[in-house]
Amino acid sequence: MTMDRQTRDHSPHPVDAEPLLQIKHLSVDFRLPTSVVHAVQDVSLAVHAGETLAVVGESGSGKSATALSVLGLNPTPPCVYTGGEILFDGHDLLKLSEKELGRIRGRDIAMVFQDPMTSLDPLQHVGAQVAEVLGHHTGMSRAEAREAALAALDEVGIPDPAQRYRQYPHELSGGLRQRVMIATALVGRPRVLIADEPTTALDVTVQRQILDLLVTLQHKHDMAVVLITHDLAVVAETADRVAVMNKGEVVESGDVLDVFDRPADDYTRRLLAVTPRLEAA
Amino acid sequence: MTVMTPAAADRVPAGTPTVGSGSVVLRALLRNKLAVLALAVLVLLLAAALFAPLIAPYDPNSQDLLLRLRPPAWQDGGSGAHPLGTDQLGRDMLSRVIYGARVSLLVGAGAALLAGAIGTVVGLVSGYFGGWADRVLMRLADIQLAFPALLLALAIVGFLGSGLWYVILVLGFTGWVSYARVVRSEVMSLRSRDFITEARAIGVTDATIMRRHLLPNVMAPLATIATLHVAAAVVAEASLSYLGLGVPKETVTWGSMLADGQLYLGTSWWVAVFPGIALMLTSLAINITGDALRDVADPKAYRR
Repeated sequence: MTMDRQTRDHSPHPVDAEPLLQIKHLSVDFRLPTSVVHAVQDVSLAVHAGETLAVVGESGSGKSATALSVLGLNPTPPCVYTGGEILFDGHDLLKLSEKELGRIRGRDIAMVFQDPMTSLDPLQHVGAQVAEVLGHHTGMSRAEAREAALAALDEVGIPDPAQRYRQYPHELSGGLRQRVMIATALVGRPRVLIADEPTTALDVTVQRQILDLLVTLQHKHDMAVVLITHDLAVVAETADRVAVMNKGEVVESGDVLDVFDRPADDYTRRLLAVTPRLEAA
Repeated sequence: MTVMTPAAADRVPAGTPTVGSGSVVLRALLRNKLAVLALAVLVLLLAAALFAPLIAPYDPNSQDLLLRLRPPAWQDGGSGAHPLGTDQLGRDMLSRVIYGARVSLLVGAGAALLAGAIGTVVGLVSGYFGGWADRVLMRLADIQLAFPALLLALAIVGFLGSGLWYVILVLGFTGWVSYARVVRSEVMSLRSRDFITEARAIGVTDATIMRRHLLPNVMAPLATIATLHVAAAVVAEASLSYLGLGVPKETVTWGSMLADGQLYLGTSWWVAVFPGIALMLTSLAINITGDALRDVADPKAYRR
């Protein structure tokens, strides 16, 4: 599949362009000992290069399960993929072996997780964790990987990267740790970045910085971003398109402005009604 | 290129002491007085074992029947030539106790290493993959546990014949279950932690995750079990030797010395008591060190 990687302006995309990542009719069950949870039901989403798709919904609406499905990271068992396909680069990611997925994870599609406090290995220098991506995906030497990791730490705005490289996660604040996580996600130069509530665990001033950083880096590297959040204010500020999820289903999706101005679904309307309106939005 | 400067709240003073580094663990260990004493005893034992030929005043097997069952130096009839007296064949007790440390520590360390290696691999695989691998391995562990370890060791040594390496192998292959169980439960709780999912999300393979992310995180409990197992293996070796199924007679071990000495307990207590004291001190020192290590090596103890 040839990729359209020319620089885009941050405006709606031509409808005919091939999406970079496309989820079609995905259904995911969690088969627990006592019951079956239909976490994701017939969900279809698509995201183009350079575009931000926001997936909005409350806890348990299937947002994270959908996101984790893309990289095959749902714990199996109890997770079972019961239907649909996830298309990337002409492959159905659900049909790939663990080994083939391993080549895509971190290099073509990367993830940033919700809680930077627990997403870093407590016993390893943060720099080594950034470099680990490169060691795994490229034939880089140790020194080269170190250089690239330092550059990545610098790019995400970590002051004095050489000093920070040799520190442990507990020595960094939440904001710095989330920057390390973003550096880890971006150092492999992925084409798709899935950010699963990247700012939820951070305090408000830091949230803003992290979102700005994500947007800046997205433009710089022309990435497709899937932003999972429950915060409609975040959606209004950063996303091009939005999909609203409720109880495992996409209830409404479309251009952010359209959905915000003319919500078609009752759940979306109620969701918007309880959101404090931003004057600038 | 720097995109933006983080808020001042983002800054944590760089260069604060790092958790889990060796020096911090050592310093905390040295604050525990009892542990320091135990550690000193262990270092002394290790030195005695390593440099036995240099330290021991006599060849531990050279006999002098004319000097048999001499009491220790501080008792009537004792002499400075044999500070701890002599045994029933006139062999120097001090030299024999020193040489005995070699077998005890070698068997203890060897068995703990072997059992630790087997148990850690089993625990990692079992805890990380779960499913049928977990079920098969844990049933094997149950079967192993259902067998009294010493009885199994007796049977195997009795069958294969005695020898230092057989004893190490037998004690190693019977001791892996406790390692496997502890590692498995630790791994099961670590597996669902975000940093393991994160490692998978950047494409790290299962083998690398186990080696680089899981193993270092289970080292603290592993070190504790290993020290306790060393002590258990030292005692188990002594038990086998006492029963005459340990190492060959010409190798000096505390267990066989105890067995020899019990015949003379009524008249010459020192033949049995000194190897007994050595055994007890070793086991005690290792256990205390293990306990202190558990308190100290746990990274949770340092969390701010």
